[in-house]
Amino acid sequence: MKPFNIYICGVGGQGVGLLSEILLRGADHAGLEAKAVDTHGLAQRGGIVVSHLRLGKNIYSPMVSARKADLVVALERHEAIRAVDSALQDKGSLIYFDTVLQPLGVRLGSDQEVSEDLLNTVCGRRGVTVHKVDNVNLADPRMQNIAILARINRKKLIPGVEKQHMLQALEDLMQDAMLERNLELFNRMVNNPKISRNQFNGSGS
Amino acid sequence: MKNMGEMLLRRPPFQEIVMGNTALVRAMIESGTRVVTSYPGSPTPEIATAIQSIPKEQRPFYFEFSTNEKVAAEVAFGAALNGHLSTVFFKSVGLNVAADTFVQLSLLNIVGGMVVILGDDPGANSSQNEQDNRHFAYLSYTPVFEPANPTEAYLYYKEAASLSRELGKVVILRLTTHVCHAKEKVTFAGWYPPEKDDRPRFSTANGPYIPLVSAVYPMKERALRQLSEIETWVEQRNMHTMVDNKSRRGIITSGLVYLSLLEVLEGIKDKPDVLKLAMVYPIPRRVILEFLQSHDEVKILEELDDELERSIKAMAYDQHISTRILGKNDINDWIGEYTPDKVHDIIANTWPDSIDTRDPVPHPLKEIPLRPPQMCPGCGHRSAFHAIGEVLAEDDITVADIGCHTLGYHEPYNLGELLICMGASTAIGSGLALFNNTRRVVAFLGDSTFFHAGLPGIINALFNNHNLTLIVMENGTTAMTGHQDNPATGRNFNDSSEAIPIRKVLEGLGIQTIFETDTYNQVELRTLVKKAVARDGFNVVIAKHPCMLLFAKKQRKAKGSISHHVHIDQEKCHNINACIQKFGCPSFVRNNDGTISVNNELCIGDGSCIQTCPTKAITR
Repeated sequence: MKPFNIYICGVGGQGVGLLSEILLRGADHAGLEAKAVDTHGLAQRGGIVVSHLRLGKNIYSPMVSARKADLVVALERHEAIRAVDSALQDKGSLIYFDTVLQPLGVRLGSDQEVSEDLLNTVCGRRGVTVHKVDNVNLADPRMQNIAILARINRKKLIPGVEKQHMLQALEDLMQDAMLERNLELFNRMVNNPKISRNQFNGSGS
Repeated sequence: MKNMGEMLLRRPPFQEIVMGNTALVRAMIESGTRVVTSYPGSPTPEIATAIQSIPKEQRPFYFEFSTNEKVAAEVAFGAALNGHLSTVFFKSVGLNVAADTFVQLSLLNIVGGMVVILGDDPGANSSQNEQDNRHFAYLSYTPVFEPANPTEAYLYYKEAASLSRELGKVVILRLTTHVCHAKEKVTFAGWYPPEKDDRPRFSTANGPYIPLVSAVYPMKERALRQLSEIETWVEQRNMHTMVDNKSRRGIITSGLVYLSLLEVLEGIKDKPDVLKLAMVYPIPRRVILEFLQSHDEVKILEELDDELERSIKAMAYDQHISTRILGKNDINDWIGEYTPDKVHDIIANTWPDSIDTRDPVPHPLKEIPLRPPQMCPGCGHRSAFHAIGEVLAEDDITVADIGCHTLGYHEPYNLGELLICMGASTAIGSGLALFNNTRRVVAFLGDSTFFHAGLPGIINALFNNHNLTLIVMENGTTAMTGHQDNPATGRNFNDSSEAIPIRKVLEGLGIQTIFETDTYNQVELRTLVKKAVARDGFNVVIAKHPCMLLFAKKQRKAKGSISHHVHIDQEKCHNINACIQKFGCPSFVRNNDGTISVNNELCIGDGSCIQTCPTKAITR
């Protein structure tokens, strides 16, 4: 298998680290070789969190090169467009949770918030397939990472990683009430086809 | 894994996906390490997280967070003199703090063995510089292993521990940020704990331990003689890696750079040979000589500074070797992390015929706003900066220190205009106050930093009658690195301990003016800062509020969610924007229609913003 590069990003506190760890372990349960690295300097203070994940044979560095990601997984809209711009290859795929955490400049009034239109235009130009996750009824915003995990699974965005592998990964990492809550959401979203209505194909259609 | 602690203590061999920092802890256990010390600093604090996952009574070694890196190194050294294999770990710039102690260690017979784990930070991901700590190895004659990934971090620690014990010599294990944080499946050996023998073995017969006149030369001689012994030791264990591609061209490299290089070589048809060094100081002379002699051209591919390059060129000169040695090309080769992209560019520059240049990556789209890190919702530092900014004059000088409060330099506060390192603010402020009767000087200092390196500057300000105000930003924890306890917390890593209140320390020093208030009480904080800066001499304001990130975490854990939020009464709001533009909590949202609302995903309902609204539109 040709290496499959995943670039996972969001804002500190959104659960990028956990999502990355689940995908890493899911890939391992699927029998894929996997390497990952988190880059999270001052992330906890509302900064950008990024995790690189590389799957397949003949991978050495854990880091995804500029514009070599096959898939970007973003937990926030500004970080989605930033990652598409810096990390995603042309004709790659983006899956993002459509929430907005305004960066400092937007709040101060010196920068413009990134709109869905801008994101779609940029993705369209680059031939990027966009999967948007929103309108999910979440008990806790910190479960956005599990909502997106379920959608990755439904859309089979990671070749070779199936539902049972992700479930195993969830069970590796969580227990008791936390596991139950997250499994409930994961299963609900994997089994309910209605939730996928928001897919937008950015290639101009 | 659900239970990291159980995994780390497992007896039979196993495989597990872990990050480099976690792999190190298993290596410590298998090696029989007895004492481990540290001061928290990225990229290493997750080593302590892994240690903490093992219940205290089952932990096979003693661990402490010491007050600073120098103290941590001293505790580990003392333990090793009693025969206990010890380890100290800290971040890149932590070695500067530990340096006075560290540079002596290599001269001493450390009978138990001692490993120094360094978390260097090429790319300055979370440090104030990207200093190359291999320089310290040359300075102190200390051997340096450089692992490339979690597997090697695990294996090399065990080698470093054996070497250290065998020679009674301190050994450095130098990791870089993305070795510490890389994750992969590591194959671990079994663990068969030997009987512990903790009898204190300190004896002057193992010395000398007093480095005075007559002892200094023999101690230095021993350290220098050991270098060639170490070179042989590593060579005999076949730790260096040779990738033979039958080329006349070769590359010498080490650490994570090796993996970046392999990644780049995947795309090359005529691959050069590669020599990957497991130990970069002392350099393995025989291995390198052989490599030079069997190639026409050899590129030295090393991140940050040119230490290998200088040593290898000097050696080639002495040996009359005519192989073309290619080192750093320009200043860019000295700067930044050697990611696969960077290595690609360097190889394309070195041998343009061997690999295509990369497609240029376009400049980032200008429509994407930057996202600087910032203080969390509810952070007491925000309330402090908001209040302090209101009473200081435009040209007053504010000095920052290391900690979350460093972020005060961002808009909209612009407080803390210069920063060097841990604990430096008071003394820098003292200097700024000399010949200065017009611009008041205010220094900021966090509570963990107060104990770490802040005290000497404070005592100096008293001793030499400097004129400035110190604001201690006390949040009750070491927040930036993941909430480690500090001496004022009343807890250490293992137990409860008698809290050392900062106020009492300052009183004990005899400081006349010590004001103290909770930062949420902005009216009082303004009054106190105003009073303090109006007085001559050295005055202190303790601006305290517990870390709210920690508070929010605890609340979520206890109640499952944050129980309340603030909201903005749009009837009362006059769009003055004080909340979002001056107070600047990230929970506020600027809507397209110009109104301000609250993002409940972020708001923790602390209400510190309520008093900042002139029209009282914010309610809870």
